[in-house]
Amino acid sequence: MTSQNPEVKLLGAWASPYVARARIALHLKEVQYEFLEEKFSAKSELLLKSNPVYKKIPVLIHDGKSVCESMIIVQYIDDVWASSGPALMPGDAYERAMHRFWTIYIDNKFIPSLFDMMTSPTEEAKVEAKEQTMASLQLLEEAFGKISKGKPFFGGDTIGYLDIALGSFLGWMKAFEEMNSPKLLDKSNTPLLCAWAENICNNEAVSAVLPETAKLVEFATVTQTRFKYAPPAK
Amino acid sequence: MASEKGVMLLDFWVSPFGQRARIALAEKGVQYEYKEENLTEKSELLLKANPVHKKIPVLIHDGKPVCESLIIVEYINEVWSDKAPLMPSDPYQKAQARFWADFVDKKVYDCGSRLWKLKGEEQQAAKKEMIEILQLLEAQLGDKKYFGGDSFGFVDVAFVPFTSWFYSYETCANFSVEGVAPKIAQWAKRCMERESVAKTLYDPKKVYEFVCFLKKKFGVE
Repeated sequence: MTSQNPEVKLLGAWASPYVARARIALHLKEVQYEFLEEKFSAKSELLLKSNPVYKKIPVLIHDGKSVCESMIIVQYIDDVWASSGPALMPGDAYERAMHRFWTIYIDNKFIPSLFDMMTSPTEEAKVEAKEQTMASLQLLEEAFGKISKGKPFFGGDTIGYLDIALGSFLGWMKAFEEMNSPKLLDKSNTPLLCAWAENICNNEAVSAVLPETAKLVEFATVTQTRFKYAPPAK
Repeated sequence: MASEKGVMLLDFWVSPFGQRARIALAEKGVQYEYKEENLTEKSELLLKANPVHKKIPVLIHDGKPVCESLIIVEYINEVWSDKAPLMPSDPYQKAQARFWADFVDKKVYDCGSRLWKLKGEEQQAAKKEMIEILQLLEAQLGDKKYFGGDSFGFVDVAFVPFTSWFYSYETCANFSVEGVAPKIAQWAKRCMERESVAKTLYDPKKVYEFVCFLKKKFGVE
């Protein structure tokens, strides 16, 4: 869905799940945008200029103005293109608070332990991180039960804010499962999230954006020796 | 929690995060019940209302808990939308407000804690970082009355509780907020002219007493 339309640009990188969040939102809202791939090795002038505070991707540049932080970008896209595609934020204030709460949980607890599981320096630390990750997934499974109310997504019938927050990490979760055999999502422990993962990956807006598992595994393996996970941006 | 009608706030007196919620409720004129928590012996209610983090503040509205201070402020703003709007209506301005409130969240409390917890070189590094943080925020404020422009907004609510900690930061790390970020110092004074802020924030000397208590507790000389 990329085009040469200069009005909307997204600075990002193919492997970044945070960038995937912004892209999924843009695709759901059918927004034409130009994707500018940042090189891993050196940050572009444009990036440094449009995100001087953190110097991280993703950055959305709309009509020359930059928006930073992945979930802030998602809310912005939802606000600006409100008349296009499904609403990403729930209509009810309390449900919005739930989506926001679990998104913060994902960003501050789940994702760090997920990556620590793969990159911690000692076996002991990796094992502890794995336990934390599995415990987080249990909490997210329960949260899904309460929030989805029997529907396919956290957002109900359509993909919403919290679906994007977590769904963007499915590519890396699958890659890690391939690199480190125990399953993260499985039908006996997290049946609801398994079904959710299948539904969300079948959605066009998501499948067009999530990188192939094999490519992520290759990326991780190639950079494994210097692989210190530094989240590109939240 | 029974589905009791009404608003309750589980909080701790000096918490800047709890104060965000209190200020937002006051700006909106919401009647609520305040419950002081003993953080060394958390109540059943707190553990039930925030089982994931077991932290304050928690807003309980008609029996339903909302956790995380900035989420609580957005919730208060959306539910009691008839007065004192805390968020701009323009999507870009909203994104900016969220960005800077999030910046305050990521930076101010942690860096501030390092100022009183650490000594020597580590403290100097934290001091340098705090000055940078204050100056970035000052650049964002510019010559506006508030971060929200003419009206007191989301970023103001997010940051103003920390102004009662300035005295503690200055005393522990030997610098002056007014010296490094005069506009922030003036903005802090302007905010104190608002009833919601004046009635919520504690005297900086009292906050400093609390910091000294924490220093003793953590064995920092």
